[in-house]
Amino acid sequence: MNIPSNLKYTKNDEWIKVEGKLGMVGLTDYAQEQLSDIVFVEIIPGIGETLDQGESCATIESVKAAADVYMPVSGKVVEVNEGLPDTPEVVNSDPYGAAWLVKVELSNPGELDGLLDAAAYQEFCESRLG
Amino acid sequence: MFFPHTETDREAMLRTIGVQRVADLFQAVPAAQRFPKLELPSAMTEMEILAELNDMAWANSTARDLISFLGAGAYNHYTPAAVDAILRRGEFFTAYTPYQPEISQGTLQAIFEYQSLIAGLTGMDVCNASHYDGATAVAEAVNMAYANFRGKKNRVVLSPALHPQYREVVRTYTANSPIVLVGDNGEVDPEDGPEALIPLLDGETGLVVVGYPDFFGRIFDYTELAEAVHQAGGLLAVSANPMALGMFKAPGDFGADIVTGEGQPLGIPLSYGGPYLGLFATRQEYVRKMAGRLVGETVDNRGQRAYVLTLTAREQHIRREKATSNICTNQGLMALAAVVYLALLGKNGLRQVAELNYHKAHYAAESIANLPDYKLMTDDIFFNEFVVRCPLPVAEINEHLLEHGILGGYDLGQDYAGMENYMLVAVTEMNSREDIETLVDVLAEVSND
Repeated sequence: MNIPSNLKYTKNDEWIKVEGKLGMVGLTDYAQEQLSDIVFVEIIPGIGETLDQGESCATIESVKAAADVYMPVSGKVVEVNEGLPDTPEVVNSDPYGAAWLVKVELSNPGELDGLLDAAAYQEFCESRLG
Repeated sequence: MFFPHTETDREAMLRTIGVQRVADLFQAVPAAQRFPKLELPSAMTEMEILAELNDMAWANSTARDLISFLGAGAYNHYTPAAVDAILRRGEFFTAYTPYQPEISQGTLQAIFEYQSLIAGLTGMDVCNASHYDGATAVAEAVNMAYANFRGKKNRVVLSPALHPQYREVVRTYTANSPIVLVGDNGEVDPEDGPEALIPLLDGETGLVVVGYPDFFGRIFDYTELAEAVHQAGGLLAVSANPMALGMFKAPGDFGADIVTGEGQPLGIPLSYGGPYLGLFATRQEYVRKMAGRLVGETVDNRGQRAYVLTLTAREQHIRREKATSNICTNQGLMALAAVVYLALLGKNGLRQVAELNYHKAHYAAESIANLPDYKLMTDDIFFNEFVVRCPLPVAEINEHLLEHGILGGYDLGQDYAGMENYMLVAVTEMNSREDIETLVDVLAEVSND
């Protein structure tokens, strides 16, 4: 299970990579593994839309389940990964790289403090695996 | 194997919820109503029961005994005997998509072929395994459009010329939801064409629903409406009579995004309360928002053609409350009837039946229009149904017609203010020239009384 130390995580298995005022959001390696083969990705917001923390930003569907991806923080969408819906399998092969979903300008960077760091997320994943 | 609850289970459950006895759960029902005395007649023998049921059945007048000019959403068409012979086969005789679907390849293949034919007929890319009837299919279109825009467009424009019962079902489905229904609350004159709906469009409009033909039998080309709806950012749903699609342009060709319909004309008998068949087809881009079962074709591990239920992550057993609809029940047996009917007739056969309907209806309309006291109110293109203004209340005329063995048309005054004395007359391939002439004669006689 790959959990990069430079990212922040949520208990709903999203990651966020923060660079200055921008945050890039995606689904974790643990989540893609649990979902198995991803067959469909739909990114919900368009550029310029403002999303609240916890608002749904994408729907990901695998051969056995459908999952919503929620915003780890609030922010204004500055970029969406437009190519991803055409190559949904990338969520399985490169969850922290090519499978990013949206890039937002953080509205409230303070929200980052409420997220999990890599160690805490690792512990959370292990507790679920039993 | 099924294991019922044991006494110990029941006691544990009662303890958990803090109730002494099962009977305590029914305290809310007044004692007198809990175990009312049933005044039932003494038991009858099988022979007596059959005789009684037969008497009741014979008390009905049906479209088989009468010459029928009644349509309004359900039509008296001829069903080839092969339809019943095939759908009553034991291998097919279930209303459901099977719970272990892939083991029933024949059923899945039949549904796949049904989907393919309906998609072709409507001009859509995908079609689901069906809904209950034409009304619930429209309601599912409303759900789908709402889900497609994630609740951000909650206005739905219903043409007042869409079947009144379909509109009623949509109201039932959307009651207590944020969906706002407009268009049939007096904003638009029901006799107007589709252009009258255009001023109702705005950025909040997620869906516009029209009939094809509409409730009055009229056929409109909805190209301009579709363009206006798309410009406003919404979707266009067309509730079609599949029989009419045998000869008129497919809704997909004039820009419809969703095509629903009542499948009853395709080999399904007239019956009060159904079972009927809800058609539902849409464009590929909306397939993941579509409700209902969907059969797909694939190959198995030996490279052989095989059928599967596909894209099931749309459905509520996986997507839970996020699913577009919590209904995935279909009308499997009626869908089978429709596919057998369509396969038997073929493209040309369906066209021929549709044209028979069209020509006979036009002959009837012209003949009635020639009667001095009747006025043909339909001046647009129409399929197999048209509106006539009568000199007397429709109920009164229908009584006279019934005395002559004729089931008269639908009384539009029931649903539309200002349409008192308006009769909706349906003519199908089942009506002979003599039938039509008898109708015209009796109508003439009634107005002279």
